[in-house]
Amino acid sequence: MASLQSLDVRNRSASTAVPPSVRKDLEVAKLIDVSKCIGCKACQSACMAWNDLRPDVGVNSGIYDNPENLGPAAWTVMRYTEHEEAGRLEWLIRKDGCMHCTDPGCLKACPSPGAIVQYANGIVDFVQENCIGCGYCVKGCPFNVPRISKADNRAYKCTLCSDRVAVGQSPACAKACPTGAIVFGSKESMVDHAQGRIKDLQSRGYDKAGLYDPQGVGGTHVMYVLHHADRPELYSGLPNNPEISPMVALWKGALKPLSMIGMGMALLAGLFHFVTKGPNEVTEADEENARKLKGRDAA
Amino acid sequence: MTTSTEKVAVVRDTYTRYNPSERANHWLVVVCALLLMLSGLAFFHPVFFWLTALFGGGQAARAIHPWIGVVLAISFTFMGIRFFRQNIWTKEDSEWMSHVGDVINHREDKVPEAGRFNAAQKLVFYVMFWSVVTLFLSGLVLWQHYFGDAFPIGLQRFAGLVHAVMAAAMIITMIIHIYAAIWNAGSVRAMTRGPVTGGWLWKHHRRFLREEVGGRK
Ligand code: SF4
Ligand code: SF4
Repeated sequence: MASLQSLDVRNRSASTAVPPSVRKDLEVAKLIDVSKCIGCKACQSACMAWNDLRPDVGVNSGIYDNPENLGPAAWTVMRYTEHEEAGRLEWLIRKDGCMHCTDPGCLKACPSPGAIVQYANGIVDFVQENCIGCGYCVKGCPFNVPRISKADNRAYKCTLCSDRVAVGQSPACAKACPTGAIVFGSKESMVDHAQGRIKDLQSRGYDKAGLYDPQGVGGTHVMYVLHHADRPELYSGLPNNPEISPMVALWKGALKPLSMIGMGMALLAGLFHFVTKGPNEVTEADEENARKLKGRDAA
Repeated sequence: MTTSTEKVAVVRDTYTRYNPSERANHWLVVVCALLLMLSGLAFFHPVFFWLTALFGGGQAARAIHPWIGVVLAISFTFMGIRFFRQNIWTKEDSEWMSHVGDVINHREDKVPEAGRFNAAQKLVFYVMFWSVVTLFLSGLVLWQHYFGDAFPIGLQRFAGLVHAVMAAAMIITMIIHIYAAIWNAGSVRAMTRGPVTGGWLWKHHRRFLREEVGGRK
């Protein structure tokens, strides 16, 4: 996406300055109710249509997941899991894609200023014109979402239709979903809406039904209603308790100031050693000693 | 007798510290290391991101950095083979190291004699060696364009951390190494032109001078 939007930026990759923060924007969220999804892929098609994406035609691998994985031109993918529980088959269908984390690991890891922005409404967006194609966002993301295109070495992922949201529209997927499994609104109202759905599910025997809004990443702006909220991994490996990897946190956190201090200290140590001790120069006495040594040995 | 000594004092005896191929090898490593440092710092900390402009922008810097790394790894391998034997750590080196305070404070009379490379130079060699090995391997894992999908994500994250830690260690060692060359007058000339005087060897690498002189008998 381009950065020319009527959305305020709250957070910008590789930028030390404080972003404009006078206005407070309403936080938005998309709620995906897995229990209502029929796996029709209308959302996947709507995403392709609105964003003008045409992933290469793949091969049939014997499962419904198609394309099989997210890609630079496949920003959302339906993942199908057959799960047996209490002698009943459950078809768990999860719409995979960017979760729009409140604490986005991709943005934390990105070294290019402004290649990843987080708008004040919570949407995390990749700005391809600023992307350098290093793939650090891939390492930062706890949900395995960003994909780097081999064609242009730039990172792509779901934008939560930031261009539509910026003009008061809901994301294309939410618009297209025929069962109302995808709803969009303020984060607050989406959490509310989810509570109603969860109560309903619990009354139908899904006593572990719940909301997936993982706090390890500060909550997300794409949330799921899950029938088995106690076991999110059932849903094609949705991580239980996702968080930014401690290795990324160290690499992109404490290590930066520590190394800068180390390098600065080394430079200053050199400077002050030089101005206090001066250069270590060879004296004529050294030359004389060397000649003597040579003379003696030669004799 | 005295007059002849004075005459010799004008015509200084010189020794070749580094031969042309050692110098060329060293400077190839230097050029690569500096370019890698400049582009790498740009990816490491936002305050340095402007350095990508030196390489023609972020995309270009990202594309060229690993290739320079490959050239450095190859040229450093040759340098490692060249200097390996003279950098083997000995008892004398531990002794030398315990006098590092005397070295820093210009009290060389108290410091044990050094061979072709003193203990501090050997340490630089080891840090550089291990940095290059780990930076090269972790760099392969991080090389998005070719190996982006080749390694498990945990290893990719580990590589990112290791690459940054070892790069910082290498840069700090480079600063120390470059400063030591400036501080010990005559060293830069040895690496740019080749020769040092007998006095320079007497002062800094006396054991090596003894061997040289002995060998010339
Ligand atoms: S590849 Fe990812 S981390 Fe690297 S510059 Fe692009 S968005 Fe940032
Ligand atoms: S899910 Fe991944 S790509 Fe999306 S905001 Fe979170 S860290 Fe970034």
